[in-house]
Amino acid sequence: MTFRERLQSWRYNLVPDHLVGEILTKRWTDNAIPFLALVATLGVFGAIIPGFFKLSSLQESTRQLGEFSMVVTGMTVVMLGGGIDLSVGSIFALSCFSAVYVFFILEQSIWLALAASLATGLVFGAINGYLVGYLRLRAFLTTLVTFIFGRALFDILVTTYAADVQLSTATSDVLDFIGDSTFWGLSVSVWLAIILAIATHVALTRSRPGWHVLAVGGSRRSAHNAGIRVRRTVFMTYVFSGFCASIGGFLIACRLSGAGPGTGLNLEIMALTAAVVGGVSLGGGRGSVIKGLMGAIIVLTMTNGLIRLGYGTGTNQMVLGIMLAVAVTIDIRWLKNRHKVLNEVYVAPVYLKMGKTQSSVPGSGTPYALDNRLSAADHIGLGELEGPEDVILDRDDNLYCGTRHGEIVRFFAPDYVRSEVFAHIGGFPLGLAFDKSGNLISCVGAMGLYSVSPQREVKRLSAETSRSWTSIVDDARLRDPNDCDIAPDGRIYFTDSTKRYDAHDWALDSIENRATGRLLVYDPKDGSTKTLLDGYRYTNGVCMAHDGKSLFFAESWACRVHRYWLEGPKAGTAECVIRDMPGYPDNINRASDGNYWMAWLGMRTPSFDLSLRHPDMRKRMTRRLPQDEWLFPNINTGGVVKFNEKGGIVEAMGDLTGGAHPMVTSMREHKGYLFVGGILNNRIGCYKIAGADPSWTSPASYWGAKP
Amino acid sequence: MGGWLNFRSLNQEGIVFAIAVVLFVAAAIGLPGFIDPNNLVAIVRSVSVLGILALGMAVVIIGRGIDLSAVAIMAMSVAWYLQLLNTGTPDGLAFTYVLAGVLAIGLLNGFLVAYADVPAIFVTLATGSFVFGYVRSQLITQDAVPVPQGHWVELLGGLRFLDVPIEVFVFAGLAFLFFLFLRYTKWGRYIYFAGDNPVAARNIGIPVRPMLVLRYVLSAFVALIAGLLTAASLHSINTRVVNSTLLYDIVLVAVIGGIGLSGGRGGVRNVLVGAALIGILLNAMTIIDIPLLYQNLIKAAILLGAIIVDGIINPRDEQTAQQGDI
Repeated sequence: MTFRERLQSWRYNLVPDHLVGEILTKRWTDNAIPFLALVATLGVFGAIIPGFFKLSSLQESTRQLGEFSMVVTGMTVVMLGGGIDLSVGSIFALSCFSAVYVFFILEQSIWLALAASLATGLVFGAINGYLVGYLRLRAFLTTLVTFIFGRALFDILVTTYAADVQLSTATSDVLDFIGDSTFWGLSVSVWLAIILAIATHVALTRSRPGWHVLAVGGSRRSAHNAGIRVRRTVFMTYVFSGFCASIGGFLIACRLSGAGPGTGLNLEIMALTAAVVGGVSLGGGRGSVIKGLMGAIIVLTMTNGLIRLGYGTGTNQMVLGIMLAVAVTIDIRWLKNRHKVLNEVYVAPVYLKMGKTQSSVPGSGTPYALDNRLSAADHIGLGELEGPEDVILDRDDNLYCGTRHGEIVRFFAPDYVRSEVFAHIGGFPLGLAFDKSGNLISCVGAMGLYSVSPQREVKRLSAETSRSWTSIVDDARLRDPNDCDIAPDGRIYFTDSTKRYDAHDWALDSIENRATGRLLVYDPKDGSTKTLLDGYRYTNGVCMAHDGKSLFFAESWACRVHRYWLEGPKAGTAECVIRDMPGYPDNINRASDGNYWMAWLGMRTPSFDLSLRHPDMRKRMTRRLPQDEWLFPNINTGGVVKFNEKGGIVEAMGDLTGGAHPMVTSMREHKGYLFVGGILNNRIGCYKIAGADPSWTSPASYWGAKP
Repeated sequence: MGGWLNFRSLNQEGIVFAIAVVLFVAAAIGLPGFIDPNNLVAIVRSVSVLGILALGMAVVIIGRGIDLSAVAIMAMSVAWYLQLLNTGTPDGLAFTYVLAGVLAIGLLNGFLVAYADVPAIFVTLATGSFVFGYVRSQLITQDAVPVPQGHWVELLGGLRFLDVPIEVFVFAGLAFLFFLFLRYTKWGRYIYFAGDNPVAARNIGIPVRPMLVLRYVLSAFVALIAGLLTAASLHSINTRVVNSTLLYDIVLVAVIGGIGLSGGRGGVRNVLVGAALIGILLNAMTIIDIPLLYQNLIKAAILLGAIIVDGIINPRDEQTAQQGDI
């Protein structure tokens, strides 16, 4: 290894580049930016304002925060539903005035004042909701106009009744308690804000109306098509916002015992900025109450902090303007480019130096030398099948295979002309095996391990294993279950090829070449799934040895076959039995002569081997080139190889014409014939093996003669 | 489709014009002193600044945008200019500063809308808030800034031609220029294409994004002119106008004249009709002696009605609406 290559291997194999992509797939990264902004804001203002964190000063700010965060909660819900409510400042002010009017001028009880407040907010919200929800007007302009309308009304009312409020002698203990006292160290407004936030959060994430709001915000048309009453949902978000603003207005009425021309001024731009700074997306569907609250704290800390630092008139507007512009821009750019960034950084190739291999060129004299025998195979189901990855035969000689449509198709013996859909599972059924009682066990790509009874009942056996402690992306889920085989005691050993990619993205896994393949075991006795081995480059075929004491499994991208011991002194360990093959191994199955058949899904090429030693080149390739111009492993030629118990190669055969079986993913010997499947093929091949035992069948080899 | 839309929007313009005429006749008969030549000049004069601002707004709205920062730019640019003059900065230098500032804000608006794909309404709301806050807190010292004695802005305010103040002619001249621009220049037609269907406009090769930037820059300069005229007639500029309802009056003029908020339709004539109606209305209300607060309430109600009618006549096009275009 040259020094350059050693550097490359250190750089790409030791630095965990792939974690960046995995972290970006997490939804919580959306929260990271506002959270950091929150910490930074609190830190900066806490440091430069003396006594910022003192209890008395916090007491006053939190009271204000309670009122403000309620308004923001309402705004958040409206924004999640795809709208916006700029009239919250007016609703807030009018509700405040309603409470003041009922309490101080009409001298009614404080509860009636609360009722008047709420009624004001609900009616105002309903007007907004009707205009935006049912008349489908533009939310921004409409609520802007209702804001001016409400503000004009409030200004008239305040100037008319200001003197009367001043002269009023109404008092109430409840009002003083709400306005001034604390309860367990926190003011009533903070308690109410917390309760409202929790209730809203639960409603949004755990209830049907909440989901409807998110669905409408996420995609209005899809929500409509799904039968959600879009207009009513939008209407309700505005009513809720009016409700939230009215509670805030009531609280400030209690706190200030009056209403002035400054009540609720600039509240709408503050609430909007808070929601957007917190990370609630414009246009709806993304965001949460927590984000809104984080934004509320940031905005209030900034504006209050600047006032306390003695900056003059206009500073607030300046800072709000900057924050709003920056936050909206980041929000839009992030939403727009997140998946692009993810696509660019997710593929994180590693360095691998493939060992030197023997030639497979026809006539080269090596055991791997391919010939043209498979081109002579008869075809079954030509043109009817799409993607028979694995093939298997039952005791009655019927032939089964999976298709890319998620079905298992059965061809009837003896001529395999007639076929039927044996079972529909979904996903992409890959590896197949019969258990002792004749159930067909299948590894279904992108889904898990399934069992189909002879009566065609489909049952899921396993879809997950235990999660490893260091995983970022959930690696408990089976992403690409590939092949399975069954031990004499009934336990099912199977492979999950990669933790990083879904089944249909197997090609990306080959380019990345990271060792994340696993060997797992499913125990039918207790239904548990355990991970036995981890860290192989695309684990693929599995085959129980003839004596049932060990199994062979293929490691595709490393071109190796390993033997895993179930019993004996080496139980629980794996050893490599074949290395540096010229082809990429796929499924492995038993042969009648005590050896094993192995499929090659493709052949190594010097160019791809070279690229494996240049992870930087592959990284650039995935970022800069369109996918159809990437360098992939060659899967246009393959073959079938027979190897013995010790790992020695017995023979190899192929289809040099490329006409019938260019690539092979599976083969099954049955009564002297070899049935050949390919995941990209449109047929099953049937090849007569010279000199094979004409009575040998796989079910009999596993489970004995027919009972 | 186009014919139908033209027919409908013409209809709205016609209705509004008819209402304006009816209102005018009613006021002339019912209100003493309304028909007086001095009062008529006052109407046209009061509407001039509003109309100039509405011209800028109209160009932006036709291109499917909106400029909520217009009033902030109008008041704050001129306030800063006068402040610079009052503190002794040479006129040429001060004016260059202000021009550069106005250009910068227009470019910023346009850049964020066109290249960062941020909805116009948020961009201009934010920049409007920023412009007001920055100039008010950093560049000027009090709410109202007076025009220096004998400065050309003051002289401009005193200019009369045939007893008609100069801003009326400025309004008329600008309206004619905008008419020529929108109707007879390539860039003017581009605005309609881009407003009607931005994606299609881009697909046929129209430089949609640079044109967007141009519109916001244009709107910012129009706001500066309006601000200078305001200062000329009042001999000072009061920055509190930013918090008044002037901005909504501008939108009102544009929308009520028949310029659809979903873009692509309307023109200078709509602005003139809208300005006429609003001018008569405001003047009549003032003569009847309705308090300012109630006037605001009435204007808000009219604007709400106009938006509802606009929403019904020009329903939003779900196919070409952008994400976040709320």
